[in-house]
Amino acid sequence: MTLLENVSFAVPEIFIAIATMGLLMFGVFTNGKYARELNWGAIAVLLLALYPLFFGTASQPASIFNNAFSTDGFAKFSKAVIYIGAIFSILLSGHFMEREKINRFEYPILILTSVLGMSLMVSSTDLISLYLGIELQSLSLYILASFNRDSRRSTEAGLKYFVLGALSSCLLLYGASLVYGFTGATTFPAIAEAGLTANTAGLILGLVFLISGLAFKVSAAPFHMWTPDVYEGSPTPVTAFFAAAPKFAGMALFARLMVEAFPGIIDQWQPVVIMISILSMAIGAFSAIAQTNIKRLMAYSSIGHMGYALMGVAAGTEQGISSVLIYMSIYMIMTLGTFGCILAMRRPEGMAENISDLAGLSRTQPGLAVMFTVFFFSLMGIPPLAGFFAKFYVFIAAIDAGLYPLAIAGALASAVAAYYYLSVIIKIWVSEPAPEFERQVGQSVKGIAVAASVLMVVGIFTIVPVLNTYASAAAETLFR
Amino acid sequence: MTETASVIPWLSFLTFSPLIGVLLIILRRAMSREDEREAVDLAAKRVALLTTSLAFIVSLVVYFFEYDTSLEGFQLVESAAWIGSGIGYKMGVDGASILFVLLTTFIMPICIIASWNSINKRVSDYMIAFLILETMMIGVFCALDLVLFYVFFEGSLIPMCIIIGVWGSEGERTFMGRIIKNRVYASFKFFLYTLLGSLLMLVALIWMYLFSGSVLPDGPTTDIPTLLSAVDFPGGAQTWLWLAFFASFAVKMPMWPVHTWLPDAHVQAPTAGSVVLAAILLKMGGYGFIRFSLPMFPIASDFFAPLVFALSVIAIIYTSLVAFAQEDMKKLIAYSSVAHMGFVTMGIFSGTEEGVEGALFQMLSHGFISGALFLCVGVVYDRMHTREIAAYGGLVQRMPFYAFFFMFFTMGNVGLPGISGFVGEMLTMVGVYKVSTWTAALAAVGLILSAAYGLRLYREVIFGTITREPLQAITDVNRKEAAMLLVLMIAALYLGLNPTPTLDVFSPAVDTVLNRYDAALTAVAN
Repeated sequence: MTLLENVSFAVPEIFIAIATMGLLMFGVFTNGKYARELNWGAIAVLLLALYPLFFGTASQPASIFNNAFSTDGFAKFSKAVIYIGAIFSILLSGHFMEREKINRFEYPILILTSVLGMSLMVSSTDLISLYLGIELQSLSLYILASFNRDSRRSTEAGLKYFVLGALSSCLLLYGASLVYGFTGATTFPAIAEAGLTANTAGLILGLVFLISGLAFKVSAAPFHMWTPDVYEGSPTPVTAFFAAAPKFAGMALFARLMVEAFPGIIDQWQPVVIMISILSMAIGAFSAIAQTNIKRLMAYSSIGHMGYALMGVAAGTEQGISSVLIYMSIYMIMTLGTFGCILAMRRPEGMAENISDLAGLSRTQPGLAVMFTVFFFSLMGIPPLAGFFAKFYVFIAAIDAGLYPLAIAGALASAVAAYYYLSVIIKIWVSEPAPEFERQVGQSVKGIAVAASVLMVVGIFTIVPVLNTYASAAAETLFR
Repeated sequence: MTETASVIPWLSFLTFSPLIGVLLIILRRAMSREDEREAVDLAAKRVALLTTSLAFIVSLVVYFFEYDTSLEGFQLVESAAWIGSGIGYKMGVDGASILFVLLTTFIMPICIIASWNSINKRVSDYMIAFLILETMMIGVFCALDLVLFYVFFEGSLIPMCIIIGVWGSEGERTFMGRIIKNRVYASFKFFLYTLLGSLLMLVALIWMYLFSGSVLPDGPTTDIPTLLSAVDFPGGAQTWLWLAFFASFAVKMPMWPVHTWLPDAHVQAPTAGSVVLAAILLKMGGYGFIRFSLPMFPIASDFFAPLVFALSVIAIIYTSLVAFAQEDMKKLIAYSSVAHMGFVTMGIFSGTEEGVEGALFQMLSHGFISGALFLCVGVVYDRMHTREIAAYGGLVQRMPFYAFFFMFFTMGNVGLPGISGFVGEMLTMVGVYKVSTWTAALAAVGLILSAAYGLRLYREVIFGTITREPLQAITDVNRKEAAMLLVLMIAALYLGLNPTPTLDVFSPAVDTVLNRYDAALTAVAN
């Protein structure tokens, strides 16, 4: 293929890259006067980037740039979810950023660059493009974490994230070089082929390093330590963004790497992923019980949820990959909605972040209380809410692959996790009311929270069947 | 298995009709101002009463005009595509479920009326919770798809735990070093106990789904009629599946030793919550045993029958003794529920026609009688705000009508011939007697014990002289309370005096279940 042909398949990424530069220029030359307009500009860029995903050359499956970049159905599905997630994250932040007076124009630009990184991640079929994608995404996220640079907590979060993130990148890179050393290839299909005959011990060592690095990126135990601090310290809309799109991208990359590059040695990596999955579910469930800060609670909750999503990866089957996609999509909607509600927890003296601030919310603000309740029951995985179906599909995948202990561990962890979600719900409904929150939270935040909670309730007949159809079609493309 | 489809989606309408009421209440609330709280509350009550009554009327229409009691197999079946690959939206009823649908729609308006004056805080929230609960309960009995069943089965936890937690009674206890409200404790216990059981069932359910794919030509399915008629689960796997389903249903029933959530939940729940819990939610467990455990895992059911018998007998005797020692009226009735459910489980796993029909009958009858008993407690609780047995005494002098109703339902609970409780207990004992004489003999001892605690409760509350000053002014049942109790009394009397029509409704479904059960056991024996 000629360069031009190659480029024509990467239109969404190239468009985002050029548009981001353009927006950056605009921001710099106008001295950041138009921060709000730039938010809308970024949203427009992402919306426009959705178009070539479904129409034209770029929507065709192809493997380009010497097999480093793939535009298969899996990548398309992931990109669509990531772009949409990023759009809603930007919508969530506008009002908050203005209130906190940190509405600088770099914010949407950084979101766009990280989205570009994620886009690259989910498409990459080569260790080098994988690493580039991860780094582009991570570097943007480090800055976003410390975006409130006058706040000590926020700067601390950014620094912690950066130091630990750099360490994990080292692991990842070291793993990648080992894999290259023992297989002589960097593209996934070539690694898969060489992996059948290569010296397995060295390859497995590299694989373990790769898995460790990726587990860090998706905040799976035992590489989860950074999550609570970063979640707590970052500005809340940034935390919402962290919990949504990057998690999806990381998990998608994890899934693709495992099934495309190492399908032949599934017996070697499956136990590792199972262990990470069980540990994440357990740590997520038990550590969350003691939390008093709602953002830290959400951090542990996300660790637990990554454990469930990894159940699908551990299965390593088409069913498993499809379930991961469904899980992460539904998780993204739930988590964005929950953070929408958390953004509404504001008192005149500042943001309220303690779980005790939610006490008696059902009496002071019944609407918000109902939404919190819906999201927490959904995160818990209670039917008929959509969160149940996310779990349902990963359980199917795990049991289909014969991973019974994993499925039972998942069931038990769900019951433990139910305890802390239920504590919050009971606090909302039973305790004596805490002082009221302010009513102005911004229309878009309200809209997103309401829409997400409605989706959770009616998801049983709407998004679940739809996601199932598209996710299975997307997963199929990895197994051709 | 024969299925009779329905052109009009009666069951879906019935299941989701309470949600119309929910929407109306939310709309009314959204359109009102802050100072209109009372008007909104009244409207909420009316809407709730109207929608539950509508559901009751619809269910009567369905039962009398659409449902054919002589047919075997599922009727009024509706199916639609849902989440793909064999998991569909499918509703339908047969002899084992139609009467429980009726029981649910019948009890609900009574619950709403019972809460009319006794619930004063957050009335519209309360009504919304009850209406959602009704949808879930009807759905459980109508669902003909395992996943759909699970959705409704688990979904009922959400409104119920909020009902217990918010509108439960006051009082505090220390738990793990912290002082918490009793009702919060009860709500947690109810939720976590049932959830843990159900999650294991979920794992089993998924295994069944995947297994069916390996034997059916059309791929895996969770369609209940197909699983019942075309899939034979291997004997070894049945053991695990049976245990997983048992974990869920035994907690729900509840069976000894996993019954401890029930007294807490009952004591803390508001009166109407207790009524729903005793009359309907507990029945989901027994229904599940008959619908799934017995016909789908016959070999395991047969294998585990002695275990169930043992647990049932312990439940009958031990919880009766515990009931005897209670000082709280609701707790006493709660323990008596556990004992009565012991008859149900015993009857089901006897695998005989009498046993299973008796179990279904017992569940239905217990729905009326225990519901009425909780209402009776509610009547005096609303007046005196205590459930202590010792706080009462001599009520017959001030409340003659109340004493009459209470007498009737106590006798029903004891199992007096002529009232519905007798028929179910008798039949289950006959069924068990055929299989295990000892179990039947020990269960009979339980009957005597139930008379002991029932009569003790009655004597201490109703008879004697009034010694406590506040009781002097207590008033008898008002017209509303009398009407509710009267309706339940008529139902219990009708079932008790003329059980045959009801048993005839059960019998086609029970025959189907037992044919499959016997066939599987014969196949193993050969």
